Amino acid sequence: MSYNIVVLAKQVPDTQNVGKDAMKADGTVNRAALPAIFNPEDLNALEQALRIKDKHPGTTVSLLSMGPVRAAEVLREGLFRGADKGYLLSGREFAGSDSLATSYALSCAIRKMGKVDMIICGRQAIDGDTAQTGPQVAEKLGFPQITYAEEILDVTKDTITVKRRVERGVEVLKGSLPMVVTVNGTAAPCRPRNAKRVMKYKYAKTPTELQASSEDYTGFHESHPYLNLVEWGAADIEHDPQWLGLSGSPTKVKGIESVVFTAKESKKLTANDAEIESMIKELIANHTIG
Amino acid sequence: MNNLIVYLEIEDGIVADVSLELLTKGRTLADELKCKLEAVAIGYQLDKIGEQVFPYGVDVLYVADDKRLSPYTTLPHTSVLVNLFKEEKPQIAFMGATSVGRDLGPRVSSALFSGLTADCTSLEIGEFEDKKAEKTYENLLYQIRPAFGGNIVATIVNPDCRPQMATVREGVMKKEIRDPNYKGTVKKLDVAKYVSDEDFVIEVIERHMEKSKLNIKGAPIIVAGGYGMGSAENFNLLFDLAHTLGGEVGASRAAVDAGFIEHERQIGQTGITVRPKLYIACGISGQIQHIAGMQESSMIIAINNDPNAPINAIADYVITGNVEEVVPKMIKYYKKNSK
Repeated sequence: MSYNIVVLAKQVPDTQNVGKDAMKADGTVNRAALPAIFNPEDLNALEQALRIKDKHPGTTVSLLSMGPVRAAEVLREGLFRGADKGYLLSGREFAGSDSLATSYALSCAIRKMGKVDMIICGRQAIDGDTAQTGPQVAEKLGFPQITYAEEILDVTKDTITVKRRVERGVEVLKGSLPMVVTVNGTAAPCRPRNAKRVMKYKYAKTPTELQASSEDYTGFHESHPYLNLVEWGAADIEHDPQWLGLSGSPTKVKGIESVVFTAKESKKLTANDAEIESMIKELIANHTIG
Repeated sequence: MNNLIVYLEIEDGIVADVSLELLTKGRTLADELKCKLEAVAIGYQLDKIGEQVFPYGVDVLYVADDKRLSPYTTLPHTSVLVNLFKEEKPQIAFMGATSVGRDLGPRVSSALFSGLTADCTSLEIGEFEDKKAEKTYENLLYQIRPAFGGNIVATIVNPDCRPQMATVREGVMKKEIRDPNYKGTVKKLDVAKYVSDEDFVIEVIERHMEKSKLNIKGAPIIVAGGYGMGSAENFNLLFDLAHTLGGEVGASRAAVDAGFIEHERQIGQTGITVRPKLYIACGISGQIQHIAGMQESSMIIAINNDPNAPINAIADYVITGNVEEVVPKMIKYYKKNSK
C-alpha cells in the first residue's frame, strides 16, 4: 500500500545563533542578519515520512512551505534528502499571518494537493515556539491529530500507530488515516543529503526563481519537469480572503520591546581565591547557604 | 457569561499545579474585570475536583465526567470545550502550556477562530487602541511573551475574537489559595450532548507516566549550566557543587539542545520557572527566555568568561572566570567555612 504524505516545512531564522546585530536600533528584528534554516523539528518530521516511504514503495512525500521566495531553499533541501515534490505557498496576501491564518492558508493548499493520507510536521518552529500550526491545520481539515510524536511505529492500511513523548512519559496511540502528526526534536534525526539527489535536484526552482535568475535555463526545465517546484499564490488556492493574512489573524501585536533588564548593583569578582572565599563567607553569614 | 475560564489538567484525580497557578492568576484578573472565575474539569471520577479548586476562588466548576474522557485524548476534550465555550462565551480562557494544553489549545482556537498565545510569561488587563480602525478597546487581556529567540518581548492582544486564549507554563504564575472556605457551585455537563462517537477515533494503546523524580522547582539552591559548560562531563562539576550546597542542577535550553543534560532540567520560558533562594548560573549567557525562568531568584551568582554576558546585569555576584576553576574553589571554601 502506498500513501500520499505532506510534510510541512518552515524556513526559520536561526534564532539559536543570534549575533549582536540581530536587532535593529528601533527594536525590530533584523531578519537579513540572521541565517535562514530548515526548522529543526520539521527535519525530524521529514525523516519519519521518508521511513514510511522506505517501507511502502510508491509512497509520495511532498514538502509544503509557506514563506517568501527564498523559502524554496528548504524545498530543495528536502528533495536532496529524499522528498519527491516541493510546493511553495507565497504571496503578499499571506503577509502578517499569525498561526491561525497560516493554518488556514496551508489547509487550502493541502486541499488542492488532492488525497492526502498523512500530514507530518515538526511540533513547533524555533522562531515562535508556539506549536499551534500543526493542530490548527488538523482542525481546519477535520483530521485527527497526534502531537509530540517520537516515532511512527506502524502504518497499516488505514491505521497509524504512533509513540509520543510527553513531559513525564510515553504513550502509544493508534488512529485512522488521514492523520496529522507533529514530531518532537527527540525523534530520529533526518538522514543527510544524498549526493545523487543533490546532483539531480540542484537546479530545482520555482517559476519566480527562474525568472529572477541571471542564468539562461531556456528549455531546460521543460525537458526536466521534476525540477519545477510548484509555486502557488493566493489566487491558486480556493480560499476566503477574510481568513488570510492580517485579516485572518485574531491575534495582534500591541507592542514589542527590546529586552532591557533593570541592572542590579552587582559585586564584580574574579576567580581569585580570596574573593571567592569572601563571597562564600558572606553567603553563609546571610544564611543563603549553609 | 463573559467570564474567565481555566481548563483543569487532571492526572489520577489530582489537579495539576499549573492549573492551580492559572486559577490564582485568573482570580486576580477576574476581580479586576468584575467577572466570575470558572473552571472546567474533563475526565473520569471527578468527585474530588471541587474541593481542590474552590479554595482558589472558583465560582463555577463545570464537570464533564465520563469513562471515555480519561486518559486525555484530543478530540473529545476539544468538543467539550468548543461546545461549552459556544454556550458560555467566556471572555478569557487559560490552559497550561503542557503537552495537553499545547495539543488542545490550538485545536479549540482554530474551531472557534479565537486567538491563542502560547507560553505567556505575564498576563495583564489593559486597553488597546487600533489606530487604523480608530477604535479603542478596554479591558483586553495583554498576553506577554518573549519572542524571536528571546530577543524581544511582545504584547499580544485579541481585540475582536473571544475567548482570548493563552497558555502558560508550570511555575510561571504563583499558586496561592484565595480562601480555604470559598464556595463555588458545580455544574455537571451532560457529556453525550458535548461529544460525538466520532471523537473517539484515537485509541490509547499504551501509557507509561511517571511522577517527576526531580524537584527543581522546589529546590532552595539551583546550580545551572549553559552552553558555555562545553560538555556533559563538565556538568559533573555542577552536580558536585549542588550536592555540597544541598541543591539541584538546572540547565539552559542551549545546554539541553547540545545534549549536555536531560530536558527535565531545562529552566526558562520553554522549561520550568524557578524562584530559589540562590541561583548559580554557570556558563550561561542569559538569553531572555532563560532569564524569564529564573529572574525572581532571591540571589543570583553568574560565573562567566564573558564580562559582558547579559545575565551579569541581573546578578548579585558577577564572577568573571572559568567555571572549571571557580566551582571547585566554591566547594573548597564552602567546606572550609561551613559548620
